Amino acid sequence: MYFTLFVTVLITAAFLVVAAYAIAKLIGPRSYNPVKGEPFECGIPTYGTSWLPVHIGYYLFAILFLMFDVETVFLYPWAVVVKTFGPLALATIGFFMLVLVFGLAYAWRKGALEWK
Amino acid sequence: MFDFRIVTTWFDELLRVTCGLSNFWTILIECVVVGLAILLAYALLAIVLIFMERKVCAYFQCRIGPVRVGWWGTLQVFADVLKMLIKEIFAVDKADKLLYYLAPFLVIIASVGTFSFLPWNKGANILDFNVGIFLVTAISSIGVLGIFLAGWGSNNKYSVLSAMRGAVQMISYELSLGLCLISAVILTGTMQISGIVDAQTGPWQWLIVQGHVPAILAFLVFCIAGNAEANRGPFDLAEAESELTAGYHTEYSGMGFGFYYLAEYLNLFVVSGIATTVFLGGWAPLNIGIEGFDAVMNYIPGIVWFLGKTFVVVFLLMWIKWTFPRLRIDQILKLEWKYLMPLSLVILVLMTVCVAFGWTFTING
Repeated sequence: MYFTLFVTVLITAAFLVVAAYAIAKLIGPRSYNPVKGEPFECGIPTYGTSWLPVHIGYYLFAILFLMFDVETVFLYPWAVVVKTFGPLALATIGFFMLVLVFGLAYAWRKGALEWK
Repeated sequence: MFDFRIVTTWFDELLRVTCGLSNFWTILIECVVVGLAILLAYALLAIVLIFMERKVCAYFQCRIGPVRVGWWGTLQVFADVLKMLIKEIFAVDKADKLLYYLAPFLVIIASVGTFSFLPWNKGANILDFNVGIFLVTAISSIGVLGIFLAGWGSNNKYSVLSAMRGAVQMISYELSLGLCLISAVILTGTMQISGIVDAQTGPWQWLIVQGHVPAILAFLVFCIAGNAEANRGPFDLAEAESELTAGYHTEYSGMGFGFYYLAEYLNLFVVSGIATTVFLGGWAPLNIGIEGFDAVMNYIPGIVWFLGKTFVVVFLLMWIKWTFPRLRIDQILKLEWKYLMPLSLVILVLMTVCVAFGWTFTING
């Protein structure tokens, strides 16, 4: 039931993009000149490719994100049962949270959270 | 309170019994109706939000905003949409065409996908999975991919820079967003959106009251992180117009740009809508335990409550956008990783303690 609706939502989203593109293609003007195909940068001819190596800091944060995001995913199923488990839930998650906080503290101490 | 399921059941029976259609055709027609409803609501809200943003921004800057097209400028957005539609669609010659044309799909899918989780009224959510909140965060993270691919596929140095900034910012703020949602899930004990709202009906049962200190903190952190997640100022580094021309959508013309514009405003609405659902009670009316007052409040339809509360949060976020200067990339990351992230972990633990020992605010009666 909900799967059907979910697929409907996805199709609706794709339909929105396709329909708007199709209308724009249909009624929009069409012309071509080489300058139009240039990237819009600063006016002088574009130098080299844009796919250059970027700052390493971005990857560092991406890896940190991966770690913490997986950890938060594990918190979801636990969060649902806190009400039924009471203080026991606090004890069970205590160790897990300790690791989570320790990981953050370690990254902080190592300077991984600084933007250099 | 009016239950919207009366309408859906009536429609279902109309197709099945009165028209005598088979199961397949009934479901197909219902799905088409649902799809059209989503598109209609999506387009309508986008127009309202864009108009609102222009007016709010204008008044914050001591201007009066659009006034020429239509009465008080009401037709301005329609004119803008029309203008976008009749522009040519073209890509940069050296762009990665596959990624370039794929990116708007991902952004719109993420936006429409999360949009259809919102509870409009009692019994009027389109998607109501039992893992609702979790799925909302999962789908919203597809948006990061769309923005990243758009910037990367454009083959423009500014766009690549902007894509990197946008990606690192959005994935970072997703963490505190998720943790705040988890603290709300702890309080309600369910991830289902309708269940979360049901837990908030009754006198003083909105989560922000029920969970007192941790819930209020979680709401504030959620608003900040949500603002960053929707790529809006003061966190609009990815489209910093004064540094990066327009950011990841520089190379998109006409409707291609329109999708990002649309998605930005709808993401703002979705963030506010989720904040409303999770902390401010969704469609649940304000009940204070006095019978007469509650009866009057319950008389107001749920959709009015939902839209009213959501637009209050939207206005709050617009207020933040137009009053604070843009942050630098290092400040943004510092704010998230050194302040919001530890704070949301503290909120999580506080909330767990409150729930585990029953220190939540509840009135039985």
